[in-house]
Amino acid sequence: MTATQDEVSTGSTTEATGSTTEATGSTTGREIGRERRRKEDARLITGRTRWTDNIVLPGMLHMAMVRSPFAHAKITRIDTSEAKAATNVVAVFTGADLADEQGALPNAWPITPDQVAPAHPPMPADRVTFAGEIVAVIVARSAAEARDAAELVDVDYEELPAALDLKEAAEDKVLAHPELGTNKSALWVFDSAEAGTGGNVEEAIAAARTDGIVIEREFRQQRLIPAFMEPRSVVVDPTGEQITMWSATQIPHILRFLLAAVLGVPESKVRVIAPDVGGGFGGKLQTTPEEFLAMVIARRLGKPVKYTETRSESLMAGHHGRDQWQRLTLSATKEGVVTGFKVDLLADLGSYVSLIGGGVPVLGAFMFNAIYKFPAYHFQVQTVLTNKTWTDAYRGAGRPEATFGIERMMDELAAELGEDPIKVRERNWIKHEEFPFTTVAGLEYDSGNYEAATAQAMASFGYDELRAEQARRRDSGDRVQLGIGVSTFTEMCGLAPSRVLGSLDYGAGGWEHASVRMLPTGKVEVITGASAHGQGHETAFSQIVADRLGIAFEDVEVLHGDTAISHKGLDTYGSRSLVVGGEALVRAVDKVIEKAKPIAAHLMEASVDDLEFSGGRFTVRGTDQGLAIGEIALATFAAHNLPDGVEPSLDSDATYDPVNFNYPHGTHLCAVEIDTETGAIKMRKYTCVDDIGNVINPLIAAGQVHGGLVQGIAQALWEEAVYDDAGTLVSASFVDYLVPTSADTISFDVGHTTTPALTNTLGTKGVGEAGTIASTPAVVNAVVDALRPFGVTDIQMPCTPERVWKAIQGAGAASTEGAAAPHFSAETGMSGTADRTEGAGQ
Amino acid sequence: MTRIKLTVDGASVADDVEPRMLLVQYLREKLGKTGTVIGCDTSNCGACTVHVNGRSVKSCNMLAVQADGAEVTTIEGLAKDGELHPVQEAFRECHGLQCGFCTPGMIMRSVDLLQENPKPTEEEIRIGLEGNLCRCTGYHNIVRAVQHAAGGEVTA
Repeated sequence: MTATQDEVSTGSTTEATGSTTEATGSTTGREIGRERRRKEDARLITGRTRWTDNIVLPGMLHMAMVRSPFAHAKITRIDTSEAKAATNVVAVFTGADLADEQGALPNAWPITPDQVAPAHPPMPADRVTFAGEIVAVIVARSAAEARDAAELVDVDYEELPAALDLKEAAEDKVLAHPELGTNKSALWVFDSAEAGTGGNVEEAIAAARTDGIVIEREFRQQRLIPAFMEPRSVVVDPTGEQITMWSATQIPHILRFLLAAVLGVPESKVRVIAPDVGGGFGGKLQTTPEEFLAMVIARRLGKPVKYTETRSESLMAGHHGRDQWQRLTLSATKEGVVTGFKVDLLADLGSYVSLIGGGVPVLGAFMFNAIYKFPAYHFQVQTVLTNKTWTDAYRGAGRPEATFGIERMMDELAAELGEDPIKVRERNWIKHEEFPFTTVAGLEYDSGNYEAATAQAMASFGYDELRAEQARRRDSGDRVQLGIGVSTFTEMCGLAPSRVLGSLDYGAGGWEHASVRMLPTGKVEVITGASAHGQGHETAFSQIVADRLGIAFEDVEVLHGDTAISHKGLDTYGSRSLVVGGEALVRAVDKVIEKAKPIAAHLMEASVDDLEFSGGRFTVRGTDQGLAIGEIALATFAAHNLPDGVEPSLDSDATYDPVNFNYPHGTHLCAVEIDTETGAIKMRKYTCVDDIGNVINPLIAAGQVHGGLVQGIAQALWEEAVYDDAGTLVSASFVDYLVPTSADTISFDVGHTTTPALTNTLGTKGVGEAGTIASTPAVVNAVVDALRPFGVTDIQMPCTPERVWKAIQGAGAASTEGAAAPHFSAETGMSGTADRTEGAGQ
Repeated sequence: MTRIKLTVDGASVADDVEPRMLLVQYLREKLGKTGTVIGCDTSNCGACTVHVNGRSVKSCNMLAVQADGAEVTTIEGLAKDGELHPVQEAFRECHGLQCGFCTPGMIMRSVDLLQENPKPTEEEIRIGLEGNLCRCTGYHNIVRAVQHAAGGEVTA
């Protein structure tokens, strides 16, 4: 990617001065595909930002939370008298105080009709079920005074046995919620033979046991924390006709609907604003106890209130992600053609069933078959309640887990066959001429070209040269061994066709909404229901509108994230904004053009049939007569001379419900150097070639990939939410939760191939989660590849130097034992910090 | 309460502050300088980085009273006479930000890094920015932005 281009510099000048728009604005097709610098950046690089925590309102009060230090305990007494008497404390609330009005937090995706789920009060009155749960709220005139007073609340707890280990919890040894009688929440099953999408997997495995290959493995998806940089914050102002909530959320529209539904406030009386939001990665795809309590308390007091969490509160009480055990069985012929895949998952929900947490593994159900065309497939997931923080979506949500499972297994199959892992994949993947392809999981992939992406990735990576170097290092017994990791992927993104969501018992649709307002001066306001939090919607959506309407990029203003402006929407997650929201926008723009056409014909005294629209102008075929869309907007505003029966407005809306998911794909290659004496891993090279269809803004798309890669690499090498034996989150600060630094990471070789999606007008595919989905298995495959000569077949994530070193020492069977042990214990606690330097790739 | 007097983004200010008040709280709560943000409680993330007497400092790691008499520059005072600082411009040019929450601190640290070392290698940039966390960019384009700024005319 080049940093400077004449074209782009011109664009910057235009934006800065705002005066030369005509010069750049009149040619259709100039914006899409251009590396436009972002509109958002002007405020973000100068500090003119609107984070929720910046908001100050007259008479505003501040909330602080008292949180449980225990994973599971009965609250026997809460004494708030001292806190109430503290300086400038206005009120103190316990769960008992708010029991009648706080409602219960919603679960929007009960994955089975008989799902077992505990009620989830924002602040429980009598029992806490994870460390970090709120037991009292202080309201004071300043944040500091509220926090001081929180220290003065005296809570007596009677500790109860806690269900902490996922596997043990699945056996109901200790109950997270004794009143439920079980920890098992839901068993969700997909079977290709039952669904009619493929054969019987048990028969495939039995056949392979007699005359073929069966690979059985168990993998751990460790618990992760989204760790967005902006801590969650909420402000509620109850003083207006509408109660206004500002929240650092990904989902202002869903939040508004659920606040109204749960608290019994008319939806028309609630306005939710997501101002500048500092990252989310799924972590802000939640309706939170803090939001509900702020709403209830602001209404109770009749005063604006603010709550901003500390980082420790964020890591403890914001939802976590992943956390699965995967038991996988893959069958293949002796020639390495996969014949069946059986997936058996345990998924940790934490102590409550969150907004869509139960459904996260279900999203993976459709992706374990990935880019391959094997004929038999069985998937099942048992979701399990424990006394840990609730889990929900984290970047990729179900699809990274699935991709990890199948891509690790393809490497294991290649090792069994003694073949190159890419060759084995190629033998099994869908060929480009076979699209559209209906998969064994029942999805129809519209397009793709796995051969092209893989060939380009191998060439750019220098695959053959690196394999040669690997052989040399192996032959010479070099202390530093080279590992080469492969991962291909596809994902279902663009969530989602509403009918499909309905068939999966999801509580809402998957459409998106857009509006186009044609202002009389020729400027355009675009409203999208997708709520950006770093993705660059304001820029990319301006590019789309500029091209389609034939106006200047600078003349488009994109508005989002405020339910009073963007009255309708389903927000941003699941790589959906561009492929669903962008398509809604295209359709809204097309309606504007259709509405303008009879007016243009009338004004030019021509027949509608003789008009052409191109480059922002209607022209009469065969003449030099023409009118720009802006001129028609002005004439429509004046409304002096419109055709009979035509409304004086070009403004248009569109709500688009996708007909299918959207299937980006790619091939990722990773080379790591492992010091076999210390276990330290150094990343040498990372190449990825993603096929995300047509690209609106290559700069933004590449940025999405870079960030995704580091989050996925971090799962492979560094990050883990670690609990101690009492159920306390040990990694509850950035000292212990190892979000990678610039010194841990390397520069990436990012390329792309282009196979346009056939399911949307622009031919685009989602990109937000791509990097995260493919990079984790690519890195772990590289680590295992380096160590195969030592007899190592798996390393549990995160692949810390300690685990790598132990695996080398133990080899073979012992490595599995090493993998199953917690990497973070009293005697090895320091290695958590050492990972950052020793394990750091450079 | 303790009386402090200092210069923030070129303006003289004086206030009575609690001795325990952090510099970042003073900037945000007393002065409304909300361009500087708080990302953690343990001085790991660097989102609150400002300049104190010309050097980058994590403003959550310093008391407001310690800044008495100092000259403080925040992200809001970096541009001069409507002209972006070259590092600000480089972050925009190289797409060195996404959500933008770490950006004020990342830019203030980068400016100081380039003061210390006007022509850093990629490795020197990566080590120099190690105290500032970003969750969006994977650092790739932040490194490019600092390289870009180093190649241009870096004055501050």
